[in-house]
Amino acid sequence: MMDGIKKHLIPLSLLLLGLVVAAVLPATGLVNDYLQFVLISVAINAILCVSLNLVNGWMGEFSVGHAGFMALGAYASAILTVKLFPTAPAALLFPAAVLIGGCTAGLAGIPVGILSFKTRGDYLAIITLAFLMIVKSGLENIPYTGGPRGMLGIPRLTTLAWAYFWCVVAFWVIRNLVYSKYGRGIAAIREDEIAAEAMGVNTRTAKLVAFVTSSFFAGVAGALFAHQLQFINPSSFDILKSTEILVMVYLGGVASLGGSLLGAGAVTILTQSLQPLGTWRMVVLPAILVVLMLYRPSGIMGYRDWAWLKPFFSPAPRSNKKKETEKREGPQ
Amino acid sequence: MSGLLETRRLTRQFGGLRAIGDLSLSVNRGEILGVIGPNGAGKTTLFNLLTGIYPPSSGEILFEGLPIAGLRPSEIARRGVARTFQNIRLFRQLTVLENVRIAYDSQIVCSPPDALLSTPHARLREKESINASMELLELFELGSLAENRAGDLSYGAQRRLEIVRALALDPKLLLLDEPAAGMNPSEAMQLTDFLRWVHGKFSLTIVLIEHHMQMVMALSDRIEVLDFGVRIAGGKPDEVKGNPRVIEAYLGTEGELP
Ligand SMILES: Nc1ncnc2c1ncn2[C@@H]1O[C@H](COP(=O)(O)OP(=O)(O)OP(=O)(O)O)[C@@H](O)[C@H]1O
Ligand SMILES: [Mg+2]
Repeated sequence: MMDGIKKHLIPLSLLLLGLVVAAVLPATGLVNDYLQFVLISVAINAILCVSLNLVNGWMGEFSVGHAGFMALGAYASAILTVKLFPTAPAALLFPAAVLIGGCTAGLAGIPVGILSFKTRGDYLAIITLAFLMIVKSGLENIPYTGGPRGMLGIPRLTTLAWAYFWCVVAFWVIRNLVYSKYGRGIAAIREDEIAAEAMGVNTRTAKLVAFVTSSFFAGVAGALFAHQLQFINPSSFDILKSTEILVMVYLGGVASLGGSLLGAGAVTILTQSLQPLGTWRMVVLPAILVVLMLYRPSGIMGYRDWAWLKPFFSPAPRSNKKKETEKREGPQ
Repeated sequence: MSGLLETRRLTRQFGGLRAIGDLSLSVNRGEILGVIGPNGAGKTTLFNLLTGIYPPSSGEILFEGLPIAGLRPSEIARRGVARTFQNIRLFRQLTVLENVRIAYDSQIVCSPPDALLSTPHARLREKESINASMELLELFELGSLAENRAGDLSYGAQRRLEIVRALALDPKLLLLDEPAAGMNPSEAMQLTDFLRWVHGKFSLTIVLIEHHMQMVMALSDRIEVLDFGVRIAGGKPDEVKGNPRVIEAYLGTEGELP
């Protein structure tokens, strides 16, 4: 037990140090507003990327509806901070708003998860596309949240520290999941759904856990996004937003925590540096997606991860692991 | 004689094709039952019905006296029916250890919140599953390959891993679909000894589909013969061997019977 605590001490203190830096850095004036904006965007995108990776990478489906879940989180949280409790103290209100944003999106993940029981592959991709369109058109038709014009005057509550905090939570939870019986079940579904069921994996439970967790964190990211930009409208969450997240996943690497970080960082920097291109920007990301799908569909870190991102109790690589070929066949 | 598994007038149609028709058979606790029959006889379909991959068109399946037809395959697996596949279906991208752990996971109690938050309970179960799965792999001398991708193993090792993975379910009944497929006669003889060892070591009941006649004859306590989805003969290996209907069914197609 003591040993276990000691092992956790280093990463825990490093994470805390990161939080302190994220909290103090803006006050020092060392980073300007723009850099801070970019850093927050990296964190938000990393949450989006790792959560979509759960469904598209670990489970091997192809969801294009992630922006829809993000929209639900953004709107639910903004309703709280703008419409319902505009005067509540931000220190209490904001964490609650982000959580409720996540829960709203997570709830919406349930029907999509249930639809995935029956269909998969291309057909499920089409269902997620339909979901995205339903959310977007739905929001355009609700006067309460401003219809197509969206919501303005959202308080700027997403600080670097909060973005960092939620990013760590997302990676921690998804790592826990991936290295649990449910995570292995999710990977088994990707590899061979029939064999998974025959080996005792309740694929329905595994799919629900994957979709709900994935959409919960998309909602969290949406809430952070809304309170970073201070302005949202339905077209902030269109298919292009989903495409952006897809590029992060397939560039960084499918079924990889490290790859999700890499992909989010790379795409954020890319989109920022493409700003001068104006609307031509919209061509670059989809084009990257095409190239990736053709030449490297599993991305830079596909199916691999850095050791420090894995839990401590995962089995240590064995010393005699080097190709020991089939000389000694089992008990014959 | 106590029946572990029983089918009653089991039928499965695929469109106009009757892959299994009115099949009533029982498997006794502790025996090795051979199932033979020419290609397309419905042997694999029978396994798919027993494991819940297809629902029967009609008829009943009783496992330990309880009806299991209509249950999800995972539920049937948890009750103690494990299988291998005719064309190996490992989780190829995953490691050897992960393949076994996925089957072992069905024995673990750990709720989704426990897993998501990695509670001490969840971590304990994880360690347990690693240790138990490694132990099983060591027993089959696959321990040194634990961290290799399952898809990278040799054909023979893949076949063996599929059996180990099935055993990780801690099954009462093991269904083997042509485990010797693609093996030469001497490999098949080795597999025969291996299966006999597994059968005793894990106190299993086994149903074995196999085209290698020598192997089926050597291993089986009883043999059932299928042709066009119906049972055409059954009994002790020697009785089946000399049965004219069996010889006819085989000669009619490939004449493989020794
Ligand atoms: N999913 C399916 N859809 C339609 N027909 C099927 C399906 N599965 C099996 N069949 C048909 O049912 C019949 C029995 O097939 P099955 O695979 O059970 O035979 P088998 O005895 O295992 O043969 P083999 O020795 O070649 O493995 C065949 O005619 C096959 O084409
Ligand atoms: Mg078959």
